[in-house]
Amino acid sequence: MSEKVIATADDIRRALTRVAHEILERNRGADNLVLVGMLTRGAPLAQRLADIIASLENIRPQVGNLDIGLYRDDLSLRDTQPVIHRTDIPTDISDKKVILVDDVLFTGRSIRAAMDALIDLGRPQLVQLAVLVDRGHRELPIRADYIGKNIPTALSEQIEVRLKEIDGKDEVVIITEGRGQA
Amino acid sequence: MSNNPILITGGRLIDPAQKLDKKMDLLLKDGHVFWLGEEGKAPSLPEAPTILTARGKVVCPGFIDLHCHLREPGFEEKETIATGTRAGARGGFTTLCCMPNTNPPLDSRAVVDYVIQKARSEGVIRVLPIGCISQGRRGEGLAEMGELAEAGVVGYSDDGAPVSNARLMRHALEYSRGWKLPVISHCEEISLTEGGQMNEGAVATRLGLKGMPAEAEECMAARDIALARLTGGRLHLAHISSAGSVELVRRAKEKGISVTAEVTPHHLTLTEEKVMGYDTNAKVNPPLRTRTDIAALLQGLREGVIDAIATDHAPHAAVDKMCEFGLAAFGISGLETALGSLMTLVNQGELELGLVIARLTSGPAGVLGGIPMKSGLGTLKVGSPADVTIFDPKGEWLVSEASLISKGKNTPLLGTKLKGKVIATIFGGRVVYKEGAP
Amino acid sequence: MRPMVQREGAPPLSETIPEISTSVWKHNHILDLDDFTREEIELIFVITDGMKEILSREIKRAPTLRGKTVVTIFFEPSTRTRASFELAARALTADVLNITASTSSIVKGESLLDTLRTIQALGADVLVMRHSQSGAPYLAARQVNMSVVNAGDGAHAHPSQALLDMYTMRSRLGHLEGRKVVIIGDILHSRVARSNIWGLSTMGAEVVVCGPPTLLPLYMNEDRAGGQLPRVTVESNADKAVEGADVVMALRLQLERQEKGLLPAVREYVRYYQITQERLARAKPGALVMHPGPVNEGIEVSPEVSHGANSVIEEQVTNGVAVRMALLYLLAGGKKH
Repeated sequence: MSEKVIATADDIRRALTRVAHEILERNRGADNLVLVGMLTRGAPLAQRLADIIASLENIRPQVGNLDIGLYRDDLSLRDTQPVIHRTDIPTDISDKKVILVDDVLFTGRSIRAAMDALIDLGRPQLVQLAVLVDRGHRELPIRADYIGKNIPTALSEQIEVRLKEIDGKDEVVIITEGRGQA
Repeated sequence: MSNNPILITGGRLIDPAQKLDKKMDLLLKDGHVFWLGEEGKAPSLPEAPTILTARGKVVCPGFIDLHCHLREPGFEEKETIATGTRAGARGGFTTLCCMPNTNPPLDSRAVVDYVIQKARSEGVIRVLPIGCISQGRRGEGLAEMGELAEAGVVGYSDDGAPVSNARLMRHALEYSRGWKLPVISHCEEISLTEGGQMNEGAVATRLGLKGMPAEAEECMAARDIALARLTGGRLHLAHISSAGSVELVRRAKEKGISVTAEVTPHHLTLTEEKVMGYDTNAKVNPPLRTRTDIAALLQGLREGVIDAIATDHAPHAAVDKMCEFGLAAFGISGLETALGSLMTLVNQGELELGLVIARLTSGPAGVLGGIPMKSGLGTLKVGSPADVTIFDPKGEWLVSEASLISKGKNTPLLGTKLKGKVIATIFGGRVVYKEGAP
Repeated sequence: MRPMVQREGAPPLSETIPEISTSVWKHNHILDLDDFTREEIELIFVITDGMKEILSREIKRAPTLRGKTVVTIFFEPSTRTRASFELAARALTADVLNITASTSSIVKGESLLDTLRTIQALGADVLVMRHSQSGAPYLAARQVNMSVVNAGDGAHAHPSQALLDMYTMRSRLGHLEGRKVVIIGDILHSRVARSNIWGLSTMGAEVVVCGPPTLLPLYMNEDRAGGQLPRVTVESNADKAVEGADVVMALRLQLERQEKGLLPAVREYVRYYQITQERLARAKPGALVMHPGPVNEGIEVSPEVSHGANSVIEEQVTNGVAVRMALLYLLAGGKKH
């Protein structure tokens, strides 16, 4: 196993700042926005985006956490099931502009589950997707509206986003399954 | 070949009645013990004997089981005299005393005759029926004890149920004196055991099962001992299972009261913890109790307070046990696992091998004693019936449903490896069981 | 209930997202709490939090167990436990099949095994079973290829009830470690008491059982329990028992105990064991009053206590559905080996 840092704390900060700008630009401000972070690592990213937006617009969008465990399509395929955490969105999302926030966009299946979960909570005006990393290999017709960093990967590789709030530091690493490497 | 003389050679011969435990040869002829003595010194006979080599094996009198349920007539789906006696032979038994809780029960001459007849035609070893104490085992009026004795019963019992009425028990102990037969008491004060499923104690509390306290057994044992003292009748306590019962028998014997007692292999080896997981095969009455009780029972055996080891072989059909614990039948199928279970105690150093054999042979013979017809059972004295068991004390076998001859596969030992295996059983000079033979 | 954290800035995430993995979960069946670890119980609590959120929605449903079948079979009458399991299964979009087995069918000759085999043939995934015989769910677990949930067996266990009781305590008290929980009533015949004893002890709470001496098992005291049961304090004086308690739980009194000679009179039970305002005053201020239901009005708990500020009896019922959702999720969601 070998691990390579492909984005540093500064890279992450810059990418999020750019994404925040893009969100504001596309939605013409922060009115009616709700940032919904997908548990686990989407949650702190949503908080950070909200902080950046607050510093730019003087208004902090509401932020919530979304657990998608109950909506996954692979429950009976997994050896261990996901822990279900409490979904916690402090507002009714109906007629809101919901920005789903996740750390890595990969097959698109989590996003599909997240959209189902969101729809069960209400009828948003629109849903957009912001991710820190897009690593490709989609299995569903899903794309992100805001992308911090595009990282082309092989299927055998793993992308790990580490965040201060959870992992103690900010970085994105790519992990390659390598045998007998020096 | 069946009537051929048999020479058993090279084995370790243990006959507690003669205080023998040494390497000896044994010659059987015409259904009786003809000679025993030094290896290779057997007298020559006109017809060459069949030779059984018993090197490394134990040769002893055939075991006598004072307490088993052959289920016939009435419950042939659980066991028959044919299957039960074969299971007994496989377990090293040559004499089985069968309990009268059949349907109809053994409370009349006709039913006793039927069992004796059936045993003669279909059984492979000796069957000695026990008659009922009360008519229909209802605990009301005495059965015709005299006629039952004449028909050949060796004792009286309402086993499976106690005689709750003390007056009736008193009369049974009085009346039976006339025939010098023991009254065998199933000690259980049922107002204390009603609805009970297992020993009352911590395990029952954990499992939420109603308990049967040892005291339910002990208070009736105390009552019956008192009645034996009053009447001078011969009292035998079936399957005693608690430390308190051992103490009661010890004191009664010290006072010279005519009381004997038996214990089962399962009460000597297994505790209430066997019920964990709701194993219905560990459901038995009296229930499996505690380590403390086992220690007292073993001590009772060593001291001779307990006279005999009896199996209380209680075979059941699968449906009787494959159900909710509370609805399952009581009982353990025990004829075939008795020796292996007891050998565990020998291997653990709890009991001497000679003592175990004594409690399976001379001990029960003593309980039956005084009956002329039965004299000579339980020993290999010259002239006694040629009932012999040969077993390998080190032979290991796995208890499985398939390994049991009995129809009753209901034993909590399923899946257990036992050390101590019968190699051959000889009854009346004929080989009735041989390991590996079909 | 835990307050939802309204975030200003970024609070530490650990406050809202407990670190726990389902890899601690080891059960194919839920038969008793005697073999549950603290981590497993914590996991159930965390997932129950998630399930409560589903139940707070207008449309109380998630598609998690779509295509799974949950069968409930009750050989003993019960409305609330059965309804609670049924609601839980439906909230997760499982198909639910309720089989009514009359109590009269539990007689020898009519085999539980046959019934179980029939259910197995229907292709169910989870079997929720209530039975008057202790241990009956163990027979089911051995004989069928489904996950079995014990919804109460005889006097043995009622694990989902104890879990919802504990969840309710945790919601109100924050944690169970070191809490004093007094269970008052017919301990001898109570599966609720037994399951709570196991669960609460595992979670580090102190358990006191209290009731008339005839309804207290002789073998719960440490000196006679022989390690078969967790350590509990046995106390027949209710005033003493509730002293300093965080939780006072009353059990339902089966009125036929009186007929069996275990109680002189119900009147006497009420006098010595009912949870009254005066008795409750001996517990900690704000101590919770609980009851697994259904309550015999005016017997186990006085009406003013049962409907008073300390009572969480109704909350227990609500939490019951969420706890059972968590259990069904953990049993039916995973890969079958």
